[in-house]
Amino acid sequence: MKCYRLFIPYSRWRDAHPIVHSQKYHRRRRVCRLISKTLSKMALSSVLQSESADFSFNNDRSFSFGCRFGQTDLGFGAAPGDRLNFAIKASLGPDDKDGPERKIEFLHGTTTLAFKFQHGVIVAVDSRATAGAYIASQTVKKVIEINPYLLGTMAGGAADCSFWERLLARQCRVYELRNKERISVAAASKLLANMVYQYKGMGLSMGTMVCGWDKRGPGLYYVDSEGNRVCGDLFAVGSGSMYAYGVVDSGLRQDLSVEEACELGRRAIYQATYRDAYSGGQVNLYHVHSEGWTRVSQEDVLKLHHQYQEPKK
Amino acid sequence: TMFATQVYGDNGKMKEYHYTGPVEHRFSPYSFNGGTVLAVAGEDFAIVASDTRLSEGYSIHSRDSPKCYKLTDTTVIGCSGFHGDCLTLTKIIDARLKMYKHSNNKCMTSGAIAAMLSTILYGRRFFPYYVYNIIGGLDEEGKGAVYSFDPVGSYQRDTYKAGGSASAMLQPLLDNQIGFKNMEGVQHLPLSQEKAVQLVKDVFISAAERDVYTGDALRICIVTKDGIKEETVPLRKD
Repeated sequence: MKCYRLFIPYSRWRDAHPIVHSQKYHRRRRVCRLISKTLSKMALSSVLQSESADFSFNNDRSFSFGCRFGQTDLGFGAAPGDRLNFAIKASLGPDDKDGPERKIEFLHGTTTLAFKFQHGVIVAVDSRATAGAYIASQTVKKVIEINPYLLGTMAGGAADCSFWERLLARQCRVYELRNKERISVAAASKLLANMVYQYKGMGLSMGTMVCGWDKRGPGLYYVDSEGNRVCGDLFAVGSGSMYAYGVVDSGLRQDLSVEEACELGRRAIYQATYRDAYSGGQVNLYHVHSEGWTRVSQEDVLKLHHQYQEPKK
Repeated sequence: TMFATQVYGDNGKMKEYHYTGPVEHRFSPYSFNGGTVLAVAGEDFAIVASDTRLSEGYSIHSRDSPKCYKLTDTTVIGCSGFHGDCLTLTKIIDARLKMYKHSNNKCMTSGAIAAMLSTILYGRRFFPYYVYNIIGGLDEEGKGAVYSFDPVGSYQRDTYKAGGSASAMLQPLLDNQIGFKNMEGVQHLPLSQEKAVQLVKDVFISAAERDVYTGDALRICIVTKDGIKEETVPLRKD
């Protein structure tokens, strides 16, 4: 419909001449939207297609069976959500009744914590991975060493965390090669947040803390698959986080020594594993300082239990 | 060819065998074919064992369908879960191994295969391969290595792992006998190859007693620097 020189306002002309499109036009628009949605998953597909030319990841298959994201029927005997993860989810995805409503709060079956103090950042995690009510492993490494001065913790879906943080390590290395300097903690956490934001709403489950030391000093960011990215001095993530917060909040001072801070982190995770059924195994402790990170200790919770409870008897 | 249907009652829950009202059938692309896989890593050897029963629902499709697949001279993979995805996944892994061999002029090491499998599985994050994988083999130093996976690609290196339908029954037994967990005042002796093979046989005999999807026969692949040796042991057929 053409619009010529007017003696009336454009809005009046526009409303007097409604534009009607054909069915072919609407079908084309729908297809284009689908294509651009597929292309927007470039982060995932570009990585995976680089090696395997023929084994391309075809998104459309997941629509054709009528399986919505996160709602795959796993067949006889297997419950939804029956995969190795650090999480127990209330539901793998929206049930038919709920529709788009979804529980915003995921329960992550783990306890990870990190806090800043005068000598850097302390990172403490447990090591249990559960698949439903079955403990799949007691020796999982929930701290990913991105590079010698950056650490990432894992809470939520195990595969999601390890895949995306491994991809983050690759991106950080590319940044170093391009810019001839180390990446800052803020930039690294932003890269991760932007990567997972493209998949928001599709069922990724990841709650991670990016910890490091850059030219601004100690850095600590919390990033999750909902799109949150916050800077802070203290975070605890997971189903045991409330118990850990209680212990750390009561003992945290800025002027702690390295030994005291390590002991505080260790005690906080131990108390969380004591009360939370989905946390346990070993306590892994890392310290991030100006020279990078060091692995302080790895102790079994049973041994810590004897150590803390013995003096009481 | 079989296609599985999930039978839902009007309250959304799975219905039992008897018919009590209108049911809604829904096509499921997955089916569960059973099977148990086990891998143990020793000082200079690795053992991958699986039963050979292929079932679906209440039927047994085959009594001779082993779930261990040889990848290279030093690596064996055990896959259990949905048989269709197991077959496709092993085909994809074989092809990727060939591609690597042609590009890099050497065979993939066990650790590299594990890392590659993790990305292959994660590539289908939103429509997963319904397969529980365990890789057993020798690492670059010649020591035994076991890598266990979940259906979407999370993996870690272990000393021993059980996967598949009877995994929850076998894993605690292995924790006790190989990991010496929950035992006080016991000497931690290293595991010899003969003892490991005998332990694997005993463990599968126990699994066949109590798990309906495990039985018929046991296939053991022993990986050493001299190659891969296969052994078959009969199990309960009921």
